[in-house]
Amino acid sequence: MSYGTPLPDGDPLMEPFWQNAREHRLSVQCCRDCGDRHFPPSPVCPSCLSEEQDWEVVSGKATLISWVTFHRAYWDVLQSQLPYDVCLVALEEGPLLMSNFLGPRPENAREGLPLRVAFDAVSDHLTLPKFVAA
Amino acid sequence: MSGSAARNIPEPGHDRNRLLRRHAARAILPDDAMTSMNHLRNKVAVVGVGNTPYGNFPHKSDYALGADAFKAALADSGLEKHEIDGLVTCRVPYYARMGEVLGLDPRWTLALPGHGRMSGMAIIEAMLAIESGAADYVALIYTNIGRSRRMNYGGDDSASVWDPWGFTSPGAAHAMMFRMHMQRYGTTTRQLAEVSVAFRQHAILNPDAVMKKPMTIDDHEEARPIAEPLRLLDYCLINDGAVCMILTSAERARDLRKPPVLITGAGGRDAFRRSAVANFDPDMWFTEAQDTSRQVYEMAGVGPDDVDALMCYDNFSPTVLFSLEGFGYCKRGESGAFVEGGRLGLGGALPTNTDGGHLSNSYMQGWALNIEAVRQLRGECGIRQVSDCEVVHYVATTPCTRSIIYTRA
Repeated sequence: MSYGTPLPDGDPLMEPFWQNAREHRLSVQCCRDCGDRHFPPSPVCPSCLSEEQDWEVVSGKATLISWVTFHRAYWDVLQSQLPYDVCLVALEEGPLLMSNFLGPRPENAREGLPLRVAFDAVSDHLTLPKFVAA
Repeated sequence: MSGSAARNIPEPGHDRNRLLRRHAARAILPDDAMTSMNHLRNKVAVVGVGNTPYGNFPHKSDYALGADAFKAALADSGLEKHEIDGLVTCRVPYYARMGEVLGLDPRWTLALPGHGRMSGMAIIEAMLAIESGAADYVALIYTNIGRSRRMNYGGDDSASVWDPWGFTSPGAAHAMMFRMHMQRYGTTTRQLAEVSVAFRQHAILNPDAVMKKPMTIDDHEEARPIAEPLRLLDYCLINDGAVCMILTSAERARDLRKPPVLITGAGGRDAFRRSAVANFDPDMWFTEAQDTSRQVYEMAGVGPDDVDALMCYDNFSPTVLFSLEGFGYCKRGESGAFVEGGRLGLGGALPTNTDGGHLSNSYMQGWALNIEAVRQLRGECGIRQVSDCEVVHYVATTPCTRSIIYTRA
């Protein structure tokens, strides 16, 4: 399949996230010392500054916070996909995640709509966690 | 990090109550309500302001534009160049080259990046430097060649972790927040249009402004969508130009050419913990704006009812609504109704961004609004002058929220 979104920027901190996504697991960084869950990942825990950090598979349950419809392509590769939606979701475990709806935007989309994760294998190497109505 | 394998985290080793307390503590701001800059009220003055024309200047460097603005501000102040002993540069590629071009050897120099939130920060820093004695006369120089160098503030200009989902650009972050405002409070895009329309009317009265074509609410509604619910006329301009301000102590200011404009109040609060999505805050920086407003109003000894003109950072039109709520001009959620009927216009109850703002005057990232505040207080604004203008409030509601209240000496 042709793949038309920008690739991850190669940040090594994010590699476990992408590895888990390829295995259809949604994960966030979690501090082994204080339990703080955070995303995007951080070199130390933003709550207690511990370096002892793990990745925790989360439930995949989320609620919709907001979404926008892009009519302008800031990357040339996205020109053919216009217009496209990007949604912002709050995971049940706390962290926020920018993502897309898998398939069409839910008709009753509004803040608070329950969502669940669904995985979109956009290439052999990249699977994007996306969201559908729960 | 312990490798890529996913696994469930064990219960934390700490006792649960301590953990709960720690989480509770994160929900509130640090306990520094007792500290303030109140003792700096009216101690520092703006004594010179200058700007270049605004537009597209592919043959002018940052330094050439900066020099033009500096010369204009210096002439405005009546100071001699050798008296400048403090330098702040913002968005200037290299502060030392700016100093070399201007022939300055300051005692105190500070270089800041080209973010809109930096203008208020820079002015407050200069106030502190003057009051501490680190410098007597500080020139603050902002330059921007984003237009002629084709900046577009998205994609490769601002790579982020969210790129693979197609999310980019500060405008899209504001579109996210505005949709939340629409859903929570029933705010409409026609109400949002009032902001852009009011500022365009002001730009038409400003000889320096870039955008002078008349605009109606319907024009706003029919403009090309960029990141819905925002449209083209919700976005700031991208243009070249430079601004310079010169500050000194209120005492030294008395002997200079123009009537001094005093920094009467200042405040700020940053929101970095929730900044994973650049230029977005799930609470629209309401907590930070409230905290900043408490600081600035307390230091100045005035409140929103005393303000004659508001200079409100408007990178995107929704920021103005968030600012009006955060700084107590209206109640939370009521900014849409508040701006209806031209309230932000020159004839309205709260003239705002009387130069046309970033939406229609010039994208000088807060700097042009600060010199407009000074010019309004001096009574130099001609047909866009606010009558009996005594208190002007600068507000930038961003991840680094800053606010300054200026008054006539």
